[in-house]
Amino acid sequence: MCLAIPMRIVEIEGVIGVADVDGVTRKVRLDLLPEVYLGDYVLVHAGLAIARVDAGEAEETLSLLRKLADEVY
Amino acid sequence: MKFIDEFRDKGLVRDLVRRLGHLATGPATIMEVCGTHTMAAARFGLKSLLPSQVNLVSGPGCPVCVTAQEDLDGFLALGKEPGVILASFGDMLRVPGTATSLEKERAAGAMVKVVYSPLDAVDLARQATGKQVVFFGVGFETTMPATAMAVQLAAAEKLPNFSVFCVHKTMPGALRALLAAGEVRVSGLLCPGHVTTIIGASAYDFIPRDFRIPCAVTGFEPLDLLLGIESILHQISQGQARVDNVYPRAVQVQANPRAQALLTEVFAAGDAKWRGLGVIPGSGVAIREKYQQFDARTRYAAALAQVPPPPPSACRCGEVLRGVMRPRECPLFDQACSPAHPLGPCMVSSEGACAAVYRYERG
Repeated sequence: MCLAIPMRIVEIEGVIGVADVDGVTRKVRLDLLPEVYLGDYVLVHAGLAIARVDAGEAEETLSLLRKLADEVY
Repeated sequence: MKFIDEFRDKGLVRDLVRRLGHLATGPATIMEVCGTHTMAAARFGLKSLLPSQVNLVSGPGCPVCVTAQEDLDGFLALGKEPGVILASFGDMLRVPGTATSLEKERAAGAMVKVVYSPLDAVDLARQATGKQVVFFGVGFETTMPATAMAVQLAAAEKLPNFSVFCVHKTMPGALRALLAAGEVRVSGLLCPGHVTTIIGASAYDFIPRDFRIPCAVTGFEPLDLLLGIESILHQISQGQARVDNVYPRAVQVQANPRAQALLTEVFAAGDAKWRGLGVIPGSGVAIREKYQQFDARTRYAAALAQVPPPPPSACRCGEVLRGVMRPRECPLFDQACSPAHPLGPCMVSSEGACAAVYRYERG
């Protein structure tokens, strides 16, 4: 039930936004996230954006994964 | 899809799995606390990829599964009240109550609406003037802000026909109770990534401190799950126990302050009854008195007082939820109990441990 999917913000009007994933859009409330801008990715759960997806952190995690994979003994 | 496909890279999955094989030097039982983890691990076939020493066990993090029978019976009883529309997440529909289920009631003519969000239930109330919409507030911290917002919106509009039957539960108290009981021995915990976007990774600091159990706050794609398991095996191999956040693209150490403010405004901490765990002090919430006209437990107190307590059941979901029984060990599994004829919620919810084993690991 705690499923939340990363969606891209394509419209913002106050605390209401429109988020898109693969061409499917839906209205999302942005109240929980003070700093969200057009083009950002957010995790959407039950109509609410619950977290901003940090692209820099995602890249760092992928770098870590590649490093760990390279270290396979 | 961005932030999904990268975390499903097959080559990296293969290399990580091989790394885990080297890291796992002894038996390790790792609990995936969250039902969404249970489903993801089963769906991606991760259990079959893991080294044989590593056992994944499901925990109490499927909200549908831990909803107490009397709470479900109470919500079902409200469907008999005149003019009431029951609004629920779809996951709850087939869960058997003592005498019936939401699905059966709907087939028999009761007004049962499936909603994607509590905010949709507020919309429904706006449209259904003359009816009463009661939303079944099920879920952990991930879902609670949406319910709190629905209550706030209804209050701001003075909607006379919206209320919440609140059975929301909070994770840290349940984990403390589970670990303190000592019944289940776990070597590490995969902590629920999306709950943690709301409560912050520091909410689990007591687990390594008080129980010396390594934790990893983990995302939901295959590489996220493998990285969480890697963190735990690594901590074990180093003799360490701490809370690692391996889902930093979404999770921070501290709680989301706006979400916390919203939750504190609408809810007060209280006790909650969990299926399988009993009453856990401080693991639930009640709607504050200030918003009591939106609290279905207050609004329908007289009707709810008439609901009889449920009789004992042969269902062993409680033991499965505590991680002390595996789904296949239940004598009902794939016999009297199957997804087509579920006896308990663990077989109903797509995130239930029994449903996951039935669907992905049977035969």
